[in-house]
Amino acid sequence: MRNFVALLGLACVALIAAAQDRVIPLSELRSGSEFLSPELRTLQADAFANPGMLWVERGAKLWSTPAGKSGQSCASCHQDAAKSMRGVAASYPKIDAKSGALLNVEARINQCRETRQGASPFRYESEELLSITIFVNIKSSNDKINVVIEGIAKPHFEAGRTLYYRRNGQMNLSCAQCHEANAGRTLFAERISQGHPNAYPAYRMEWQAMGSLERRLRACLSGVRAEMLPYGAAEYRDLALFLAWRAQGLPVEAPGVRR
Amino acid sequence: MAARIQVPEQAKPGEVIEIRVLIQHPMETGYRYDEGGQTIARNTIRTLICRYSGTEIFRADLSPGIAANPYLQFTTVARASGDIEFSWVDDEGVAGSERTRLYVAA
Repeated sequence: MRNFVALLGLACVALIAAAQDRVIPLSELRSGSEFLSPELRTLQADAFANPGMLWVERGAKLWSTPAGKSGQSCASCHQDAAKSMRGVAASYPKIDAKSGALLNVEARINQCRETRQGASPFRYESEELLSITIFVNIKSSNDKINVVIEGIAKPHFEAGRTLYYRRNGQMNLSCAQCHEANAGRTLFAERISQGHPNAYPAYRMEWQAMGSLERRLRACLSGVRAEMLPYGAAEYRDLALFLAWRAQGLPVEAPGVRR
Repeated sequence: MAARIQVPEQAKPGEVIEIRVLIQHPMETGYRYDEGGQTIARNTIRTLICRYSGTEIFRADLSPGIAANPYLQFTTVARASGDIEFSWVDDEGVAGSERTRLYVAA
């Protein structure tokens, strides 16, 4: 009997350890689209009416437009994006092997522009950068998010986790207080989502335009009356890595439509 | 300004077809203020016209109540193969147009 209790205890410990591999158990993982109105979900699913497709089309044009001193376009090296970019965005943010820096898709595109095309990087939140990012993203549509958090990425991941659980701003709220403790409950007229990044860059009704994950994070920072970090700040990428890991298993939604 | 038009790949003569259009436009209402407190001038699409083989089949007067990147759909009767052409003018006088081919065969 004693042996049995000990075994049961051990099994419980093992279970808890397994559960800690994820913040939200896979069975309870809900994409932001599940918190949308049926109308918005329909809009996102409609490959024609989805307003994000306007940016995708522009991105497709940019993909094959030569840029910079090299006179090369993205397509010159990567050819058909449907093949070369398949599933790529689902693994970002990712450590760049050469520089050891943590890059999101936007930063990766700009790095390519600078080092390979000899062109100037696109400005953050510029129409060009959003367009080409969403064009790359759509090639990972429905692929499950899968990021690496070990090795060089580890400190970034830990920094992201710290940011996520740290109280911030005049409201003194952490991300987790809304998106974990109160996800699914109502805040004013809306239901609080679990706060997953799988639809970004997304077409947001509030913006009436396409915007990046950083812009969305800034909106939350503003919401809790915290200081908004500038675009491109390392903190956003660390947080994005933690968020991607937290959303691991959710499909990439591109182009996403959000409230 | 970019736009997307959707028509059926092929239609039969006399068939009722759905035409959909999505236009990239800020549809600025004229009621908003910028960071300096100045009114942002109204800039909405005033008139949107659709022509089928050169004949006007649809016209809409858009207003500031319509969201950015307006999306419209309507139906018409397919007669013969021809261009479906949309053209529009906004408050700044900027005109845009986009066309696609409609194939009609029995």
